[in-house]
Amino acid sequence: MLAKRIIPCLDVTHGRVVKGVNFVELKDAGDPVEIARRYNEAGADELTFLDITASSDERDLILHIIEAVAAEVFIPLTVGGGVREVGDVQRLLNAGADKVSINTSAVLNPQLVKDASDRYGSQCIVVAIDSKRVGDHWEVFTHGGRKATGLDAIEWAKKMESLGAGELLLTSMDRDGTKSGFDLELTRAISDAVDIPIIASGGVGNLQHLVDGVKEGRADAVLAASIFHFGEYGIDEAKRYMKQHGIEVRL
Amino acid sequence: MKADIAVIDYGMGNLRSVSKAIEHVAPAASVVVTSDPAVIADAGRVVFPGQGAAPDCLREIDARGLRQVIVDAARTKPFLGICMGMQVLFEHSEEGDTACLGILPGTVQHFPHEAMIDNQGRKLKVPHMGWNNVHQAAPHPLWVGIEEGARFYFVHSYFVQPTAPDVIAGFSHYPFPFTCAVATGNIFAVQFHPEKSQNDGLTLLGNFVTWNPGASDTACDMSGAACA
Repeated sequence: MLAKRIIPCLDVTHGRVVKGVNFVELKDAGDPVEIARRYNEAGADELTFLDITASSDERDLILHIIEAVAAEVFIPLTVGGGVREVGDVQRLLNAGADKVSINTSAVLNPQLVKDASDRYGSQCIVVAIDSKRVGDHWEVFTHGGRKATGLDAIEWAKKMESLGAGELLLTSMDRDGTKSGFDLELTRAISDAVDIPIIASGGVGNLQHLVDGVKEGRADAVLAASIFHFGEYGIDEAKRYMKQHGIEVRL
Repeated sequence: MKADIAVIDYGMGNLRSVSKAIEHVAPAASVVVTSDPAVIADAGRVVFPGQGAAPDCLREIDARGLRQVIVDAARTKPFLGICMGMQVLFEHSEEGDTACLGILPGTVQHFPHEAMIDNQGRKLKVPHMGWNNVHQAAPHPLWVGIEEGARFYFVHSYFVQPTAPDVIAGFSHYPFPFTCAVATGNIFAVQFHPEKSQNDGLTLLGNFVTWNPGASDTACDMSGAACA
């Protein structure tokens, strides 16, 4: 049976992982390659790298990181952040990314999603949707949740699917950083609205939140950063907890 | 210099992962990613990966003049098809109503929408994406060291339906059983991605780089299993 996936997310800037990672015995807490290696050994099902580098002249750093990780970590790697054109997708794939995540650029230029999926296949195109509740519906936001787009999140998810997205990474900007759990209503609404896999993100504070994301939110994968980075919970521990709660996982 | 292992590059997807994983399990081997028919023809072993859509794959194969050398390699040397590189070995794909290479009898079909419901009545997503159990339908040298039911990483919307059941080497469930590995003679082909399937994937690739198809009966005898 297909397993639900657990995906640690690493925010990278200036070639270093930020937000801190607190593994026991980690020599260099900011080295993306060492952290990726650790998560691979711990049983992560995939890894997501989010390049939050502000300046374009440092963009190549992420390529070197992905090259180094892909040479020794043999699980799927997703990379997002700063993807503006098909050439960016190509550079990341060539460096060893398996999937490329497109966020703000999908809003500014939806055709990019179609062009990239036509060229490289839907399987490698993830559309990241940052969403906030506004009144009685959810709206798509860009620029880290600062900029409203006026787009309805559910309609936007359907449109991205129709343009060729192979997967959606759904982040609740209301919950991100709160440790109060995923926005389950949002996750479920989007998961029910499309036929492609959904990764739930934003708000994980404990292992029950991961279970809820799958069972209540109907997510196909759950993404988390801080609960894993700071060693509050191990990947293996999270998977065992999910399994105890009747969720199929890879152990 | 002749390559030990040629990874066929026909412009469909990320081949870096495949070549890096093979280099990892065979550090002494020369591994080349190539679209040169002569290099493929001379290589000791051939890996045929691929992502994307079937019509594009066939078009790119023909645009590079690779059809004949792929057919020849599949007949004559250890040959590993991965993902789209498995699907296009068959006769026809429903994806874009595409005539494929016809090396193996059978067809490629989309996961049927009406069947995509799990045992709790919930919708199953397509593409089939993630880690699923692979059941070994028959012993094979490439399965050595891999537990029955081990999980491999999949990402696909179409699956193969071989005409001859005796080529089925492995199957998975989503939600119904579908063929995810085929083996015949010097061909082994898988729907999942061994290069993305961590330790079990590396074991399979390691088995491929030392596989001697002519001696496979002996390998089966040694493992105490009957060869299918």
